[in-house]
This record gives sequence, C-alpha cells and structure tokens, in this order.
Amino acid sequence: MSSTATIVPGAKRELKNHLSFRTSVSNSLVMAYRGLLKIRRTPEQLFDVTIQPILFTLMFTYLFGGAISGDVASYLPIIIPGILVQTVITTSVVTGVQLREDMDKGVFDRFKSLPIARISPLAGALLADTVRYTIATVLTLTMGYLMGYRPEAGLGGVALGGLLVVFCAWAISWIFAFFGVIARTASSVQGISLIILFPLTFLSNAFVPTHTLPDWLRWFADINPVSHLVTAVRELADHGTIGGDVAWTLLGAVVIVAVMAPLTVRAYMRKA
Amino acid sequence: MAKQTKEFAVEAKGLVKVFGDNRAVDGVDLQVPTGTIYGVLGPNGAGKTTTISMLATLLKPDAGTAKIFGHDVQKEAQIVRQLIGVTGQYASVDETLSATENLVIFGRLLGLSSAEANQKAAELLEEFGLTKAAKRPLKNFSGGMRRRLDLAASLIAQPPLIFLDEPTTGLDPRTRAQMWATIRRLVDTGSTVLLTTQYLDEADQLADRIAVIDSGKVVAEGTPNELKKSVGTASLQIRLRDESQQAKAAKIIADTLKAKVNRSPEAAELTAPMADADKVTDLLIALRAANIRLDEMSVQKPTLDEVFMALTGHGADDKKSQKSTEENGNE
Repeated sequence: MSSTATIVPGAKRELKNHLSFRTSVSNSLVMAYRGLLKIRRTPEQLFDVTIQPILFTLMFTYLFGGAISGDVASYLPIIIPGILVQTVITTSVVTGVQLREDMDKGVFDRFKSLPIARISPLAGALLADTVRYTIATVLTLTMGYLMGYRPEAGLGGVALGGLLVVFCAWAISWIFAFFGVIARTASSVQGISLIILFPLTFLSNAFVPTHTLPDWLRWFADINPVSHLVTAVRELADHGTIGGDVAWTLLGAVVIVAVMAPLTVRAYMRKA
Repeated sequence: MAKQTKEFAVEAKGLVKVFGDNRAVDGVDLQVPTGTIYGVLGPNGAGKTTTISMLATLLKPDAGTAKIFGHDVQKEAQIVRQLIGVTGQYASVDETLSATENLVIFGRLLGLSSAEANQKAAELLEEFGLTKAAKRPLKNFSGGMRRRLDLAASLIAQPPLIFLDEPTTGLDPRTRAQMWATIRRLVDTGSTVLLTTQYLDEADQLADRIAVIDSGKVVAEGTPNELKKSVGTASLQIRLRDESQQAKAAKIIADTLKAKVNRSPEAAELTAPMADADKVTDLLIALRAANIRLDEMSVQKPTLDEVFMALTGHGADDKKSQKSTEENGNE
C-alpha cells in the first residue's frame, strides 16, 4: 500500500466548492478522449457513418437525377449538399442513443461521484462524436467527387460547407442528447428522434427545388432550418460566398446549444 | 462542538428518501468515527445502497442532513466529492476500455497530468495484482478482477473516506479474503471505510462498529460484540452414533454448558446454545469419559435471518440503539 501510505486527513484538506471554467473544459476534453477510445475499441459503431453516406449518395443521385434535373451531372450540385446535411444530421441521432446506453452503465455513477464538472460527461461524448460527423462528411463529399461533383468554389468552399454541417450536427446532437437523458430506453430515443428528423430532413430543399412543391409544403420547406443549412452549404460550395443563410444557420445552431445544453445538464443531474 | 464534528467522517441525521410510496430510507442516523471501518448491515432492499448514494452526493435526501468531515453533502457537494471514493455494488468502470485506460481517464479527470495518471495507474494495477491484465478490455475480466479494478479506481485521489457498497457480494471465498485484506490495509493507511454488507460474518470480521438497517431504519448500532450479544449466541449441534445414549448425553451437555438442551425429533441430534466456546473442550472430554461416541459435531452461528428476527421481534430494540448512540456521543 505504498501509494496510499500518506492519506491527508479529511479535516486538514483545503478545498473549494466550485469548479473553474478551465477545469470544466479540461474535464470535457478527457471525456472526449474517452469517447474516442471507445470508438477505436468498437469500430463496428462506425458502420452507419461509413455505409450510409456511400449507399445513400449513390442511391438518391441515380434514382432522382434524371427525373429532377434531367441528368445526373446537373443534379449533383443540388443533391450532394442535400444528402450531406441529411446524412450527417441523421447520424447525430446515434449520439443520443449511445448516451442513453452509456448512462445505464455503472461508470456514469462514478462520474457523478467525482469532483468534476457536471456537464463534462455529456459535452465529452458529444465532442467525440464530431469525429463521426467528419467521417460521414468526408465520405459523402468523396462519393460526390467520384460521381463528378466539381463545385465552383473548389476545395476551400466545400471544406467550409463541410465544417458548417459538422458544427450544426454537433449543435443538433444536444437535442438528441436531451432525449437520451430523459428517455427510459435507447430504442425509444431512436424512435422519437427519427419521427422528428424524417419530416425535417425530407420536407426541405435537400432533394428537390422547393418551387415544385404545393404552396403549403413550400411554405414549410422554405422556413425549415434544414433548408437554410442546405442552401448555406450550396452557396459556400458553388460561389464561396458567406451569405445570409450561413449567418442564420450559425445563429440557429448557437441558439439550440444555448437552450438545450443547460436543459440537458439539468435533466442529467436530476436523473441522478 | 465544531471540533467534535470533525472527528466524525460521516455524520447523518434523520436521512429520508422516498421513492413513490416506498420510504426506502426512513430516518437514518449514522456517526462514523474517523479512521474506522463502519459496517452497515442489512438484507436486500433495506435501504443500504440508497443511504450510501445520499452520503456520496449521488442522490438528494428528501429530509435530514449529512455531513462528510463536517461538509454538508448538499450545500458543499463538490467538496464532499473531493473527500470520498465510491465503489458500487456493480462495477462502475468502463467495459469497453482496458484497465489502464480506465484508471488513466479517472486520473486525468481528477486533475493529474498525463504522466502522473499513467504512473498512478501502473502503481494501482501492481498493487491490486492486475498488471498482467492491464491492457485487456474489461469484457474478459472476472467478477473479482472487476471489483478490484473498481476499488483501485476509487483510490486514485487517495480519498480519506471510502464507501464500499457490498464489496464482496458474489465473490468466491478466496477473492473475498483478498478484498478483506485490502480493506484492512486501507484503514491502516489512515482512510475511513464505510461498507455495506448482507453478511453478518463480513461485518463481524471487518467492522469496528455496525449499524443494522431494516426497512430504511437503523434497528441496532454498536460494536460487533455488543450486537452479537443482543442477537443471541451460536449453537452447538451434536449427532450421536448411538441413539439410546441421547438422554445421558443431554444431561452431560446441560451440566457442562449450563444451558438448556434441545432434543431433535430425529432423536440422535442435540442442540444447545454455546455462549462460551472454551467450555466445549470440557464437554468433549466429558462425553469421551462417558463413552458416548459422536457422528457429527457442528457450530451454527446466528444467521442474518435470526439477527433480524431477534432485532425486530422484541420491543427492546429502540432503547438499545438509542443507548449505544449515547455511548458513542460520550466517547
């Protein structure tokens, strides 16, 4: 017991009752490291972010290309940003599902008993998952490139668009993290999340130009935040310009985090 | 007054936790002197884990107060968390990661640098005999190895107070003995240990003081000896080779042990309370002198069931636990 030979008595320790911001950040980074280790240990978790981008991009492009734009090549500038947003945001559901599964394990009890920032197990898990979004983004764009997608703004614009999508997926994952914390089972998290996501991603301008839609549907598709994100990515990729949609999207993402992160942490602490 | 508070590692008054209409913990008082092993003994569902969860800031009490080294568990939760280590009933470590990775992550979370965390992890793995398995994922660990790793994880910060929730439930006898030795060494180095258990012999072996808890209430408190006296003694069971000698044997037993002897319906068996083990030597000599031969002899210790029967069965309990709390306060 050499390592425990000199235990400082409880009454003689100098202790503080609150944590510094720096400690919170450092705790969250360690938790993110834990998330990355877990991904490395269970690579089968990456199936969805590897297979789905390849399959969906191929499927949707060749299925709808002729019907919507006349031919596949002219459909690519519409579909690639659309499918990118759809795929990556759908991936963020998994964050909530895995958080639920993780929280049912004993290790979360230990996290609660440690003198660490309450937000760090959540923030760390969400941060680690940006690796998954990045994989999905790169694969989707690579598929697009292989099929002949050559946007005007070149690699820089596309990369900026990709970054924006990853950031938004991270912001949105706070919503699913909230479901993950309050739901009782992992499958119910998946169920609730997909019911919300399906209409949101499909009733948008991701796959079709909205002017072909009936009025009521076009009204919804035009105000749908997913449409703004898709438009923002198209602007960045096609013209390299940072327009109003980029600003709106970033603002929306920040608002989501500002509202959902505190709610999620509070729910997580109450669930203790 | 303030000084006295600091002498206790744990001081809980009237802790209550209600789940729905189940009062899981219903007014628990505990005073754990610093530097001791304190056992909380009770059956499944008595409220042991819930009590520990409240003391370890994992659950909010519905009523009552608890202080850890004088710090309130609700108002100063972050301070309390710096003073405690918690090892749960189910191993609270990460299944997908290796033993080293687990310990390094907990070390980093506690503010150690990467190098310090690695060194600490290696030290603890060595100490708990897990070095060989350090790099393997925990999925392949046995229950005992998991429990040891779990305890190691609780010791990274060298907390002065360690909560062990049923540390040996489900372990084989050898691993249990190892766990006991580890717990004793912890206290030797200055830690205070609060452990829960369903096993009377575990509390007896390890604890300096024991609180018996049932249906969310402390029904008795005291040293193991005080407690055992209040519960009753072990009983001696003897089976004779020759049934016809039963009456004669019963008389010898009654005379030597000065106790009432029970004759079992199977006739060859005799049972008597064994207050003083030393007298059994005399008894055996006397039986041999009378040429009575034995088929079997065994000692039946009071089981936890009997403890609870005894403690909840008669009305003297409340007085008893009150009295021992007073004694504790005078010390």
